[in-house]
Amino acid sequence: MGMNITEKIMAKAAGKDSVKAGDNIWVNVNVLMTHDVCGPGTIGIFKDKFGADAKVFDKENVVIIPDHYIFTEDKRAHRNIDILTDFAKEQDIPHYYQPGTDTYMGVCHVTLPEKGHVRPGEIILGTDSHTCTHGALGAFATGVGNTDAAFALGTGKTWLKVPETIKFILNGTMSDTMMAKDLILHMIGEIGFDGATYNAMEFAGEAVDAMTIEDRMTICNMAIEAGGKSGIIAADAKAEAYVKERTDVPYTLFQSDEDADYKAVYTFNVNDLEPTVAAPSAPDKRRAISTVIGTELTRSYIGSCTGGKISDFAAAAQILNNQTVGIDTFIVPSTTFVEKQMNEYKIGDKTYMQIFKDAGCRIGPPSCSACLGGPDDTFGRTHGQEIVVSTTNRNFPGRMGSMQAQVYLASPYVAAASAITGKLTDPAPYLQGK
Amino acid sequence: MKDIIRGKAFVLGNDIDTDQIIPAKYLSYDPSNPEEKKYFGKYALFGVPEGQSGLPSGDIRFVSEGYSSEYNIIIGGRNFGCGSSREHAPFAIEVAGGEVVIAESFARIFFRNCVNGGYIVPYEAVEKLNDKVETGDDLEIDLTTDTVKNLTKNEEYSLNPLGDIKAILEAGDVFEYAKKMGI
Repeated sequence: MGMNITEKIMAKAAGKDSVKAGDNIWVNVNVLMTHDVCGPGTIGIFKDKFGADAKVFDKENVVIIPDHYIFTEDKRAHRNIDILTDFAKEQDIPHYYQPGTDTYMGVCHVTLPEKGHVRPGEIILGTDSHTCTHGALGAFATGVGNTDAAFALGTGKTWLKVPETIKFILNGTMSDTMMAKDLILHMIGEIGFDGATYNAMEFAGEAVDAMTIEDRMTICNMAIEAGGKSGIIAADAKAEAYVKERTDVPYTLFQSDEDADYKAVYTFNVNDLEPTVAAPSAPDKRRAISTVIGTELTRSYIGSCTGGKISDFAAAAQILNNQTVGIDTFIVPSTTFVEKQMNEYKIGDKTYMQIFKDAGCRIGPPSCSACLGGPDDTFGRTHGQEIVVSTTNRNFPGRMGSMQAQVYLASPYVAAASAITGKLTDPAPYLQGK
Repeated sequence: MKDIIRGKAFVLGNDIDTDQIIPAKYLSYDPSNPEEKKYFGKYALFGVPEGQSGLPSGDIRFVSEGYSSEYNIIIGGRNFGCGSSREHAPFAIEVAGGEVVIAESFARIFFRNCVNGGYIVPYEAVEKLNDKVETGDDLEIDLTTDTVKNLTKNEEYSLNPLGDIKAILEAGDVFEYAKKMGI
């Protein structure tokens, strides 16, 4: 029996010739990423367990990216960033993206690959459930808690159970009105939002081959929304080009063997699909757009690790160019780099940023912002009975702040078209001729 | 780890996510700060919609006043702890006085955090229990036989053995376990 890509990465990291699903193994960790919400607790445990003078396992590969609660008056949030700043200084950590300085980036899952910290074949741990994003470049990446992170911070190791893998084969060509977000919402709806619990989700097929790296990130980002331990796509020439532009660190490419073992294989023909949303209040409440057109909304939100990359804003700008929004519309670039690109990239003679301003959108500073609610003064946070269409990843009760708010998860195309009409809207008419 | 855990049940439904267990608004408290730790107890399960909190009646708060709960055994349904990786979630339940969560299934990061941090015992039930047990029932869990007695209803339920994770829970947390394993 051959091995799939996840098993091969884990075997290498464990120093073994082979592993199989169900094995409990100790592996060497390549990269540990943390942020302002989980960093202070992780550091607290690290110091408690390894001593006040302990050093991190590899300062080049401990990456600290504050992103959650940055633009708030919450004093404890500022204190938490100070804890990170002190720790980065004390440990001489070079990759600290510090708020208030020109190294600040924003959302960790957009920053980590952009700054070259994601390489194929590596084991990446992050104190955030959406760490699975980084499987888009052929790495095994998963979210962990503070204790696991503190253990890895001190030892460079963690224990993992080798997951069973579910394979998703996406054949065909997406319609011009669809985005990767629609596909992952469709797949989560298919298997349910605990349908891949404890499993790796491997994505392949001609529609995946045709995707940009950012689209692949959108797919892998939401593996956790089906309970997945990780999402992964074998690195191809496109992935290698992306990585080589950003880092000189050597890496290893793995492919799944022909006779690799899978728990299940799902095959989709993406030609058959249409834009898809997840209705309140779970990511698996799948609705084809045609069945929910006209649902009244009060807000549109475009941002986050899932839907706040430059390609997401390119999509939204295509629709909002020379239009006016009919409801409150919040635009939150994921990172300062994406914000810079939004000020440079144009449609005709207008930058994306100008397009959004002219359409009447409100534009916030780069961070996780209202994706997870956060402190009361968070930009875009819900406080009442808002009905939101959002490019983010979760729509549990209270996720964007208010327990009474309802959230529809959607692609940037759908969120932008719906912003114009104030109702859930098929983006097709707004994309004609573009 | 104790052999017997006795106490009152607090019953919840399916898909209790980490935002319901500890809403994101309270994540700026630092769990390693002794002064701030108690707030995780105060706000444990604070995000569960009122009608779904303390089944079957609903409208019962896990922590009704102060920083700790009168309930130490949580009975959930499917996919308990789904959502974010925040370790604040099992931590909050422990700070409030929770010792065990029994559910039909768990989301994996939450499950892992329960075990590796040594906060609470995550037990999988053999059968669905959140329609058998009522909030306030007096339960006795025997961790040596993987069974629960419902002393209020005079019933007994089976649990799936803890398996590989029992060694970590018995050691205390993943640090102590790794020491024993010579890592």
